[in-house]
Amino acid sequence: MRDPHSERPDDVDPLANAGTGGPELPNSTEVGIDVATEEAESLENADYTHPGDPGTATSATEARSLWGHAWRDLRRNPIFLVSALLIVFLVFVSLWPSVVAGGSPYDCDLAHSREGASGSHPFGFDLQGCDVYNRTVYGARASVSVGVFATLGAALLGTVLGGLAGYFGGWWDGVLSRITEIFFGIPILLGGLVFLSVVPSGSIWPVIGFIVLLGWPQIARIARGSVITAKQNDYVQAARSLGASNSRIMLRHVLPNAVAPIIVVATIALGTYIALEATLSYLGVGLKPPTISWGQDISTAAPQYRNAPHMLLWPAAWLSVTVLAFIMLGDAVRDALDPKLR
Amino acid sequence: MTDTDKTPLLEVRDLHVEFHTRDGVVKAVNGVNYSVDSGETLAVLGESGSGKSVTAQAVMGILDMPPGKIPQGEILYRGKDMLTMSAEERRKLRGAKIAMIFQDALSSLNPVLTVGYQLGEMFRVHRGMSKKDAKAKSVELMDRVRIPAAKARVDDYPHQFSGGMRQRIMIAMALALEPDLIIADEPTTALDVTVQAQVMDLLAELQRESHMGLILITHDLGVVADVADKIAVMYAGRIVEQAPVHDIYKRPAHPYTRGLLDSIPRLDQKGQELYAIKGLPPNLLHIPAGCAFNPRCPMATDLCRTDVPVLADAGAGRRSACHHWKEQLDA
Repeated sequence: MRDPHSERPDDVDPLANAGTGGPELPNSTEVGIDVATEEAESLENADYTHPGDPGTATSATEARSLWGHAWRDLRRNPIFLVSALLIVFLVFVSLWPSVVAGGSPYDCDLAHSREGASGSHPFGFDLQGCDVYNRTVYGARASVSVGVFATLGAALLGTVLGGLAGYFGGWWDGVLSRITEIFFGIPILLGGLVFLSVVPSGSIWPVIGFIVLLGWPQIARIARGSVITAKQNDYVQAARSLGASNSRIMLRHVLPNAVAPIIVVATIALGTYIALEATLSYLGVGLKPPTISWGQDISTAAPQYRNAPHMLLWPAAWLSVTVLAFIMLGDAVRDALDPKLR
Repeated sequence: MTDTDKTPLLEVRDLHVEFHTRDGVVKAVNGVNYSVDSGETLAVLGESGSGKSVTAQAVMGILDMPPGKIPQGEILYRGKDMLTMSAEERRKLRGAKIAMIFQDALSSLNPVLTVGYQLGEMFRVHRGMSKKDAKAKSVELMDRVRIPAAKARVDDYPHQFSGGMRQRIMIAMALALEPDLIIADEPTTALDVTVQAQVMDLLAELQRESHMGLILITHDLGVVADVADKIAVMYAGRIVEQAPVHDIYKRPAHPYTRGLLDSIPRLDQKGQELYAIKGLPPNLLHIPAGCAFNPRCPMATDLCRTDVPVLADAGAGRRSACHHWKEQLDA
């Protein structure tokens, strides 16, 4: 691999001699060759501990991209590890609640109404005599699925609309920015009370739909801003000058460089969406029975908290921990993706 | 050297480019004419803001419009006006027939994609190659621009390469589809002097091999001398002098070119004060009446303050946009 370099001076000499630009050129050209050889050698030595062996090269070069760096940072971050473990557990519980629960959440006996903790019922019973532990476990599914689906919906809609506005600019950008401002003006609770009371359904989808409706403008703003920043990069112009189409530039060059802030905001939003679902359910317009949700349970427990605090405590604690876990994850991801904090 | 027919590879005719800003209309390019043939190197020389890069971007079709606007002019590629082509037709020319090398290779390469992916993209987009074939082609290209251990480095990210190596990758990308014309926008400005010479040599050599036309945009007269066939000097969006390379160094026909040549640091002037053209480049919102260079020109007369000099023949294949080109040539 050193052969091409030893040939170089022959290639260079005639050109250097033909130079009329100044007497310093021939000298600098010769120096340049040495530097290049050294540079090439030092590069090989630095990056590849065993030159010529491609098998070991990969281990030395992995995890060097933005995502690679971020992943390495995350693995060392205790906040990330704690929140990720909690989230994995919560997702598991929402997928297979029967594995964790001690029985059916609908298996209630009014004789046990408001009873405290006992051997096989560690969280006690609620007003209807249902096991609070089972209800709390089964409640995770509603909260987590509302959070996840609402975030996916809002992130998708916001990224597409905001990204297009940022990329193409012009009148579409103007229209979209005004629309987001209108949505920012809608008070969330009032909007939720009105919207969800006119949409009669007991399933989680109207709640998800409402959260997406009010959540996407925030993501769209972030997406618009980061796409505008990313599209001004030289490599976008370079890609265009090499004949890439608009869709290729958007998907390959702009989006991967604009997606980090969107991910951060979406992760933090996930926690707040779960809290929002609980709030709406507490107010009686969110999820309705027979769907079990922490918000509902908190709502029914609230008037009884003086004589049966456990009914309020457990669902509220799980809700707080869940929201906290997602917000902590969002913080950790933000720190990992922000090169300025590195 | 030239094609069988007489049409040049690229001809720019009376090109005007303006930018509509809040402060008014910035006239960045005001009637530029130049042409390049296959195998020929045209160096476009000028200070920052002289319109040399904007002209190149207009040729590539990557000007941001709006705010940019081309109110007048023609850009002929093999006799066909690119400004009247459809967006899709132009896109197909970019990269395949006309390619561009940018100044700062680090910011011109996408940081989240490997260089192999970005090189291979050329083949996948324009030639519809499979991922595997495109990667093999990328390694071949990296070898061609003399990147050591190309096979091992094809999966590296741009930031893992040194500045000179990155610029080689940019050159490889531009060369990928064997275009007829390459526009190099200050390809060596971001590199240190020793690496500059290597990159220029590489570019010149590859150009000779594949007989491309090359437009070299630079403000460095030293870089130009070795590789260019002819030089166009730009000032305030106009070409003020055009000549074969050696003539311009020996006897410039425009006082601005004279000033540029005098401001090159020379070893025999060690200890003396470096010459600088007095004054500043004009504000393109308010280009001076008459010759745009007149407020800075040592030879300016009343004529220069009222009449715009046209780019006219100044003998022996050269042209000058100076009312007093004869005096300048004799000076």
